Amino acid sequence: MHPERKSSYDNLSRNLSLTVITVSFAPLILVGGLIFHQFRSIYTEKVFAHLGEVVDKHAADINTFLQDKLTEVQYIARTSSFEYLTTSNHLEKALRGMQQQYGRIFVDLGVVDSQGRQVAYAGPFNLLGADYSGADWFRNSKERDAIISDVFEGLRQSPHFIISISQGRGEARWTLRATIDFLSFSYLVQNIRIGETGFAYILNGRGVYQTRPKDERNQDLELTPRRQVGDISSLAGVSIFESVDRGGDTYVTVTAPLKGGDWKLVYQQKTSDAFSAMTRTELVTLGIFLIGGLAIVAMALIISRKLVLRFQAIDQESELMSKQIVETGKLAAIGELAAGIAHEINNPVAIMIEEAGWVGDLMEDEGKDLPSYGEIRRALTQVGNQGRRCKDITHKLLSFARQSDSRVTEMAVPDFIREVVDISMQQARFAQVDFNLDLDESMPCISASATELQQVLLNLVNNAIQAMEPDGGKLSLRCGVQDGQAVIAVEDTGPGIPAANLGRIFDPFFTTKPVGKGSGLGLSICFGIIHQMGGEIDVESAMGKGTRFTIRLPLPASTRQPETRQEIQHD
Amino acid sequence: MTDATVLIVDDERGFVETMAKRLEKRNMTVFQAFDGDEAMVQLAEYPNIQVVILDMKMPGKDGLVVLQEIKEAHPLVEVIMLTGHATVPSAVEGIQHGAYDYLMKPCSFEDLNKKIAEAVALKGEREEEAIEARVSDIAGRMG
Repeated sequence: MHPERKSSYDNLSRNLSLTVITVSFAPLILVGGLIFHQFRSIYTEKVFAHLGEVVDKHAADINTFLQDKLTEVQYIARTSSFEYLTTSNHLEKALRGMQQQYGRIFVDLGVVDSQGRQVAYAGPFNLLGADYSGADWFRNSKERDAIISDVFEGLRQSPHFIISISQGRGEARWTLRATIDFLSFSYLVQNIRIGETGFAYILNGRGVYQTRPKDERNQDLELTPRRQVGDISSLAGVSIFESVDRGGDTYVTVTAPLKGGDWKLVYQQKTSDAFSAMTRTELVTLGIFLIGGLAIVAMALIISRKLVLRFQAIDQESELMSKQIVETGKLAAIGELAAGIAHEINNPVAIMIEEAGWVGDLMEDEGKDLPSYGEIRRALTQVGNQGRRCKDITHKLLSFARQSDSRVTEMAVPDFIREVVDISMQQARFAQVDFNLDLDESMPCISASATELQQVLLNLVNNAIQAMEPDGGKLSLRCGVQDGQAVIAVEDTGPGIPAANLGRIFDPFFTTKPVGKGSGLGLSICFGIIHQMGGEIDVESAMGKGTRFTIRLPLPASTRQPETRQEIQHD
Repeated sequence: MTDATVLIVDDERGFVETMAKRLEKRNMTVFQAFDGDEAMVQLAEYPNIQVVILDMKMPGKDGLVVLQEIKEAHPLVEVIMLTGHATVPSAVEGIQHGAYDYLMKPCSFEDLNKKIAEAVALKGEREEEAIEARVSDIAGRMG
C-alpha cells in the first residue's frame, strides 16, 4: 500500500472516530453537567436546611429548658415570702422537691438580700453568708426581675450558671437564686452530633464559651467567616456561614439565638463532612461517566477502525477487479491479434500449397524423366505436408482465440480436455512432459462456458508444464464423476508447492515467478471463474512429489460409467 | 467440351491464378474474378459457367452477399464456398441460402476436385429436370 493512501485511511479513521466521540459526548456532557449542577445545588440547599432545622430545634429545646427552670424558680419565689424561705429548712425542702422532679439539674438554692449577701442556702456547698454584691448577675438583678446568668466559675470554682428571680423594691428587694448543674446543661448541647466533625456549643454575647467545647478541639479554633449562605427564611434567626480555619479547611457554621439573643447556639461542621454523601455520589457518578466515556471512545475507535478496514478491503477488491478487467482485456486483445494473424497466414499458406501442387502437376506431365524426379516429388509432398501442419497450427490458435464469451453450453468434458491437450502439446514436448489421460468417456455433459473453462484448464496445464521444466515429468489429466459432481484433476510430478505458499496461491498477485514473468493473477482468475460456475477448486501438494489441482463442478444429472484409459507418449 | 466450367472468385490473386492453372490441367474451363462485382459481370458474360468457387471473406461485398446475388440472377449455377476459420458460421448460413457446400481454407486440391465434379453432376440433373418440366409443360399445352 502507498504511504499516502495509508495516511488517507488513517485520516478517515481519525475523522470518523472524532465525529462519533464528539456527537456522543456533547449531549452526555451537557445533560450530565446540568443534572450534576442541579443535584449539587438542591443537595446543598437540603443539607443547609437540615442543619438549620436541627440547630433551630435544639435552640428551641434549650430555650424551653431554660424557660422551664426559670418558671420553676419563679414559682417558688412568687409563692413563698422572703421570711418563709429564710427560716428553718424551707429552702432545703424546696430544693429537694425540685430535685425529685428534675433530677440533679438544680444544684442548690439560695436567698440573697438587697445587699448581695446570701442569707439562706440549701445545697452541697458551704455558701451561707457568701457575698454576691460584686457578681454580674447580682448587679443585673437590680434592674431585671428574672435573670439567667452567663456561665462562670464564681466562688465554687467550677462552671455553672445561675437563675435568679428578684422580688420587691429598694431595701426590701430580695433574690432567689438557683444554680443549674452545668454538666446536664452541657449534655443538651453535646447531644448535637452529626457526622464525624459536627459539634455544637453555646457562646454568650461576648463570645465566651458557655458549654464545654469538643474535647479534641483546640480552644483557639479561629474561623474567618467567608460568606453567608443566606438565611433560611422559614427559621427565624438561624443564619448559616461558610468559614475557613487557619489550616484552610472550610466549615459550615450555623447559629441560632438563645435566651432572647444573649447567647448563641453555634453548630460547626467541616464542609467536606457535611457534604460527604454528595461527594460520594458525585465520585460514583464521575466514575460511571469516565468508564462510559472510555467505553464510547474505545467503541468509536474500534468501529471506525473496522469500517476503514472494510473500506480498504473494498478498495482493494475494486482495484483487483479493475486489474482483472485490464488483464482480461489484454487476453482478449491478444486473442484477437492471434486470430487475425492466423487468418492472414492462412491465405499465403493456401497459395504455397496450391503452388506446390501445381509444380507437382507439371512434374507429372513433363518431368517424369528428370533424374531427380523422385527427390522433387518428395520435396513437394513435404511442402504440402508442412503447409497443412501450418494450417493445423493456425486452426488451434483460432480455436483458442475464439471470441471469448461466457455463454453456457452443454459440453463433453473428455473432448474438451483433449482439445486443451492438443493446444499444449507443443509446449509439453519442449518441456519433455508426457501426458497421461484417464478420461471417463461416458460421463454426462456439464453446463459451462467453454472458453472460461478452457482458460482455467490451460492455465493449470501451463503451470504444471512450467513446474516440470526442464527435467520433464508426467502430467495426468483425469475426469469423472464423484459424489454427484464432475471432477477434473490436473496432476504433475514437479517439485511441489511449499506448505507456506499453499494457502496463498489463489491470492491475487501472489507469484513465485521473477518480476515481470508472472502477474500472479492466473490462479486467482481461475478461482474466480470456478466459483462463479458454482464449483470449487483446491490443491494438494507434497514437496518433491508433485501437485494436484482438483476442480469440482455441479452436474445436471449424475451417472457413473466404467472408465477408459489411454496414454499418449512422445517419442 | 471440358469436364466443367468454373469461376473462381477470391481477392487473393496468386491463389486464383494457381488454382486456375491446376484446374485447367484437370481439363476444366476456368474463369477468374477478384471481387463480387467482377464475378457478376463474368457470370452475365459467360452463361455456360456451371460452378462458382466463392471465397467468403473479400473486401467490398463479402461472400454471403455475392452468393445471394448469384442465386438470384443465375439460380442454376452451383456455388462452393471457401471459408476461413472465423467465417464458418456464415458459410453454414451460405448453405441455407443455396450454396452447394463449403470447404475450409486451405483446402486439399483433391477435395475441391471432387466437390466440383459432384456439383457439375447435380447441375446436370437439375437442368434435365428443368428441361423435362418444360417439355411436359409444352406437351401439356399442346395436348
